[in-house]
Amino acid sequence: MTATEIGAPVRRKEDFRFITGKGQYTDDINRPGQSYAYFVRSPHAHATIKSIDATAARAVPGVLAVLTGDDLAADKVGGLICGWMIHNKDGSPMKAGAHPALAQGKVRYVGDHVAVVVAEDYATARDAAEKVVVDYGVLPAVVDMNEAVTGKTVIHDVAPDNRVYDWSLGDKAATDAAFAKAKHVTKLHIVNNRLVPNAMEPRAAVGDYDSGTEQFTLYTTSQNPHVARLVLSAFIGIAPEHKLRVIAPDVGGGFGSKIFIYAEETVCVWAAKKVGRPVKWTADRTEAFLSDAHGRDHVTDAELAMDEKGRILALRVKTKANLGAYLSTFSSSVPTYLYAPLLSGQYDIPAIYCEVDGIYTTTAPVDAYRGAGRPEATFVVERIVEVAARELGQDPTAFRRRNFVRKFPHQTPVIMMYDAGDYSASLDKALEMADYRNFGKRKRESARKGKLRGIGFSAYIEACGIAPSAAVGSLGAGVGLWESAEIRVNPVGTVEVLTGSHSHGQGHETTFAQLVSARLGVPIDQVSVVHGDTDKVQFGMGTYGSRSGAVGMSAISKALDKVVAKGKKVAAYVLEASADDIEFKDGRFQVAGTDKSLAFGEVALQAYIAHKFSGQELEPGLKEGAFYDPTNFTFPAGVHICELEIDPETGVTTIERWTAVDDFGHVINPMIVEGQVHGGIAQGVGQALLEGARYDANGQLVTASYMDYAMPRADDLPSFQVGTTVTPCPSNPLGIKGCGEAGAIAAPPAVINAITDALGHEDIAMPATPQAVWKACQKAARKMAAE
Amino acid sequence: MAMTMNGDFVLPADKATVWAKLNDPDVLRVCIPGCQSLEKTSDTSFQATAKVKVGPVGATFKGKVNLTDIDAPNGYRISGEGEGGVAGFAKGGAVVKLEEVEGGTKLTYDVEAQIGGKLAQLGGRLVNGVAKKMADEFFANFAKAVSPAQA
Repeated sequence: MTATEIGAPVRRKEDFRFITGKGQYTDDINRPGQSYAYFVRSPHAHATIKSIDATAARAVPGVLAVLTGDDLAADKVGGLICGWMIHNKDGSPMKAGAHPALAQGKVRYVGDHVAVVVAEDYATARDAAEKVVVDYGVLPAVVDMNEAVTGKTVIHDVAPDNRVYDWSLGDKAATDAAFAKAKHVTKLHIVNNRLVPNAMEPRAAVGDYDSGTEQFTLYTTSQNPHVARLVLSAFIGIAPEHKLRVIAPDVGGGFGSKIFIYAEETVCVWAAKKVGRPVKWTADRTEAFLSDAHGRDHVTDAELAMDEKGRILALRVKTKANLGAYLSTFSSSVPTYLYAPLLSGQYDIPAIYCEVDGIYTTTAPVDAYRGAGRPEATFVVERIVEVAARELGQDPTAFRRRNFVRKFPHQTPVIMMYDAGDYSASLDKALEMADYRNFGKRKRESARKGKLRGIGFSAYIEACGIAPSAAVGSLGAGVGLWESAEIRVNPVGTVEVLTGSHSHGQGHETTFAQLVSARLGVPIDQVSVVHGDTDKVQFGMGTYGSRSGAVGMSAISKALDKVVAKGKKVAAYVLEASADDIEFKDGRFQVAGTDKSLAFGEVALQAYIAHKFSGQELEPGLKEGAFYDPTNFTFPAGVHICELEIDPETGVTTIERWTAVDDFGHVINPMIVEGQVHGGIAQGVGQALLEGARYDANGQLVTASYMDYAMPRADDLPSFQVGTTVTPCPSNPLGIKGCGEAGAIAAPPAVINAITDALGHEDIAMPATPQAVWKACQKAARKMAAE
Repeated sequence: MAMTMNGDFVLPADKATVWAKLNDPDVLRVCIPGCQSLEKTSDTSFQATAKVKVGPVGATFKGKVNLTDIDAPNGYRISGEGEGGVAGFAKGGAVVKLEEVEGGTKLTYDVEAQIGGKLAQLGGRLVNGVAKKMADEFFANFAKAVSPAQA
């Protein structure tokens, strides 16, 4: 066995476990004496709780407890928190209403948690929940953001006009001045549709309490178990951190929705002590629709100012962001600092000004979902750029090229300092792969068959590698976003990597091991990756924002440097040479210029035998840790091209070709990266063509199952043509930029730009379902008839 | 979730008989699918309990039923509000009109209802289907109750 190199398309080590049913998910965990929780949820979008009568439910044989918000309050259990403070334009802090894990006095969305029934088995808990009588005083629902800000109905007393914040970024005066001298202004109204995350594995939790050691254990579907422990300890007050262990075992997809600390896991771990039994809860799919934090839901008016040649002078954006009924863990940051700093796109825009109102409505909380703010920004930029090019009669690729950032580093007017990129290179390669030259011919062929063919571009950029701690701290984040790693080399030379990152589909067990194998020369099957357990792994920040490569692996890289340095010292004693003369290459420590060398495994063994040196000179053992704090965000960027055909008779859109050229910097495992791109595009296409969460005027979620909420399927997608360009990221030791969110960020504007190209007008919103497209076709037909 | 439903039925009885039966709790109790109890609480109101099953959701609804806009014997508005616990709630009403026609009395109904909670989450296709079936069942039962053989 030899080392596995960086850049090799190694098959995923974890897949055998997953595809043979050997994965250990939270719902697979069963503790002795385990009981089951069922949540009584509000059927009303907005109501006071006049009384809760649980007498009949408690009398059901097998019921152990029925607990409410009053019990939480009596035990002084704190509310759920929002960890990112946003300030209003006038400098005052945002208005965050209390968010108890079980409602106290009022419910604010359909699915809000009113009580929990804990019973011997799930069926008993569920049946007994039917007997909990809640007397509601129904209040008006507020679903529409424009209606919310009138303040006719107040959701949280702290925010009388239901506005959480009114925030801005950029230079208003400079932007206004640029608009004043513009030769052309393009205006666009944009709705970014609300999405339900739909991870394959629904959320679940098992709370356990050992009265002997006063130790709590929470098994939960989390992307960041240490952050969950920190919040549950320091803010919610379940137990001090050393008395609370949080384990996030195999997790079946998150897409952001499992970053947050939710009511259900809080209640399970608290109730475990209360009832003296382990308490398990697993969401059914309807609960996931109702209570997983939703994504997106922006309404935006954007204006782009240009000079006579089509050079962009300024961008002005006004966005209303629906935050739902409560502020989820990071919800405040998504439409602000994860959004507006990306509004410069790949373009050199001298002035940008963006205003964002975060608004409460009586709907499920909205938080980060794959891309988190950056898809919303990219949709604004790539739609308005495309429309501007059309209005000016310019080729959309030429228009983009004219405005591309060309010199790096590039300081945008909205915080970000782009460090490296070659946007023209990605565009050139994508145009070649997509055979743009012959698009006109293909369009004419489609027209002969009575079909409308369109092509759409998306030259996206995102900020990943989240995030430099000092930078996010200055913007209001409650914690820094560094990452940790520990490399434990065993006496026989096998290696355990303990990482604060968390894998829930990203293939860390493979890529992280691949890095270690390449650097230490140890075969990949002798490297194991340990994550997701606060008792095993040092504090870490978890996985989201495409950060595990750029930040998590950089921490591993730093720890590997230390392992090699220590190994050199051990080798020096054994080989009786100076540590300065030891070289480490291809898995061997060698005295420079001699044939004296030791294999990595031999050095590891010597480090533990420790006969060749005294502990005073050199500590025995071979184990090193590192905390890596990035110095900048990373900036993956690329060009996606969607080519599609619309059948005007039925409104059915068929994606014929998809070209993706991404610059992710250096790539560890191209197969895993390509998989991430495929999945991201599928989710982006889902948003553009199929998905949309809808509440009716009474705040009832009418898309609460797969009967009414359409997810993308294989036959909605073409075979993707995926290519890469490489400009290494200069800010981290591996030159990695991150790839997890790119597809979901790039895809929606590519699809809508292609549809609007085919239609010949801009009037279509996401999801562009066959019905919506058919209606849009009628409009185009009328327009032509009128002409 | 808003739900609307309308239709008409020709009943083999005269208008006065149909009107009387429409106001008779014993008749209504037998005719309403799943109805477990229906007690008159005043001349124009009832207290009702009904067991309803929609797809995977089964629930016992408890609620009040009121009669308004009474125009004897031509019609009324029947409205109600019911809580089904974990299953959700339903509220709404139906405008019922009677008209003499050849062979009996034509009953026209126009339902407008709001449903919430788990019932709404099942989606319109399932709920509307069940509601239509229940309406059909009710009128089939009611037709039997007013037919001369029964009267």
